[in-house]
Amino acid sequence: MPTPLVVSDVTKTFTMHLREGVRLAVVEDVNFSLKAGECAVLGGPSGSGKSSILKMLYGNYAADAGQIIIAHHGRLVDIAHATPRTMLAIRRDTIGYVSQFLRAVPRVPAIDVAAEPLLSRGLDVERARQRAADLLARLNLPKRLWHLPPATFSGGEQQRVNIARGFITDHPVLLLDEPTASLDAANRDVVIALINEKKAAGVAMLGIFHDSDVREAVGDTVIDVTGFAPKGKAA
Amino acid sequence: MSDDPLLSVRALSKFYGNRIGCQDVSFDLWPGEVLAIVGESGSGKTTLLNCVSARLRSTSGTVHYRMRSGEMRELFRISEAGRRMLMRTDWGFVHQNPADGLRMSVSAGANVGERLMAVGDRHYGRIRATALDWLGRVEIDADRIDDQPRAFSGGMRQRLQIARNLVTGPRLIFMDEPTGGLDVSVQARLLDLLRGLVADLGLSAIVVTHDLAVARLLSHRIMVMKEGRVVETGLTDRVLDDPQAPYSQLLVSSILQV
Repeated sequence: MPTPLVVSDVTKTFTMHLREGVRLAVVEDVNFSLKAGECAVLGGPSGSGKSSILKMLYGNYAADAGQIIIAHHGRLVDIAHATPRTMLAIRRDTIGYVSQFLRAVPRVPAIDVAAEPLLSRGLDVERARQRAADLLARLNLPKRLWHLPPATFSGGEQQRVNIARGFITDHPVLLLDEPTASLDAANRDVVIALINEKKAAGVAMLGIFHDSDVREAVGDTVIDVTGFAPKGKAA
Repeated sequence: MSDDPLLSVRALSKFYGNRIGCQDVSFDLWPGEVLAIVGESGSGKTTLLNCVSARLRSTSGTVHYRMRSGEMRELFRISEAGRRMLMRTDWGFVHQNPADGLRMSVSAGANVGERLMAVGDRHYGRIRATALDWLGRVEIDADRIDDQPRAFSGGMRQRLQIARNLVTGPRLIFMDEPTGGLDVSVQARLLDLLRGLVADLGLSAIVVTHDLAVARLLSHRIMVMKEGRVVETGLTDRVLDDPQAPYSQLLVSSILQV
């Protein structure tokens, strides 16, 4: 599938019911598509709706209008109208997400946080943990941390657990929300290498990268989000 | 995940005289899915849970359950005895107050073993071994097996209640505020335990809670209730991160940040 994801005419507005129903238009008429084996970069200043677009693609934010068509299990599914059950299946098998911050679950050790996406797809514990260990080692997370819950880790350590968790599966579409924000140069290079390996494997990626070095190293195309600014809003 | 729902609720209403308990509630629950019902006290969530679990007779509407044979049966068209059997074997019910779900004056081992005997197991050694195994899985030390739950802390009692419910290998668990009344540190341990068990055993669950953090941690889907009606439903993180209904926005914005 050369075009695994197509976004058409997507609009997002927040209606603040607790503030007299104030409507906050975020983006309008969002149109783009992702190609297999390429990494597209969302460009635009902060507040222009880059994160909101990623979150709609992951089903985390509701889209008000438009379509987000993804090739899932050989069928085309509209994420903007998918049932929760379908969205969960899409997340399990088709679309991955590396968020900026780790939402730590109490008591679950780092290695199991990273292995969990494989476990939920039915891989056995030993093999899943081995894959997680390989990735954590590549990302230079000290081995003594692997069996501790990440809640007390530093920002950079948590982010590396998150990256391992996001890159561990072979999802055909991967969303990256500033995956290198709290990393040092050496680990940034590891992430760049991981992204390039995903490209070679034919994964379509969409990312937000504030770090211009990373952006230039991995970005194949730039999607300018300012082009999706709501018409009613002064530019 | 199978394509057929395990539970199918349609237009369910319960009135207490002319007061609304819950009104016109419809949803499906699939195998392996955890549904959280959230809302403030008096929103009808416990009434709904009790109607769906056949502990309370609804005023109108239907609840269909997929039996192990694969057949969909309307709960109140199953005989009283059949429904009791379902409750003892295929279902579990975890009460907010463990004293409502445990027998406080018999041993921990007997509390777990009793459910096995109810499904026909009569081999003492095997029952005790299974009880021991389950106490271990809910992190209760083996040497407490002969103690009565009244000698247990609140968190231990709640874990024992969970073991008692899961020992028969149920497919569906109902939980009413399972972490209510516990200290925060004890809550975290219990939640982690529940999360692990539900995932490992592939259980379906309906969890009533007023605590959105509990819903976020345990559930795949959320149903927000207000004044007996469902005001919003959707993927758990979608409802919590991008709530649409005015009441959902109020609930989410009322969470204290720590």
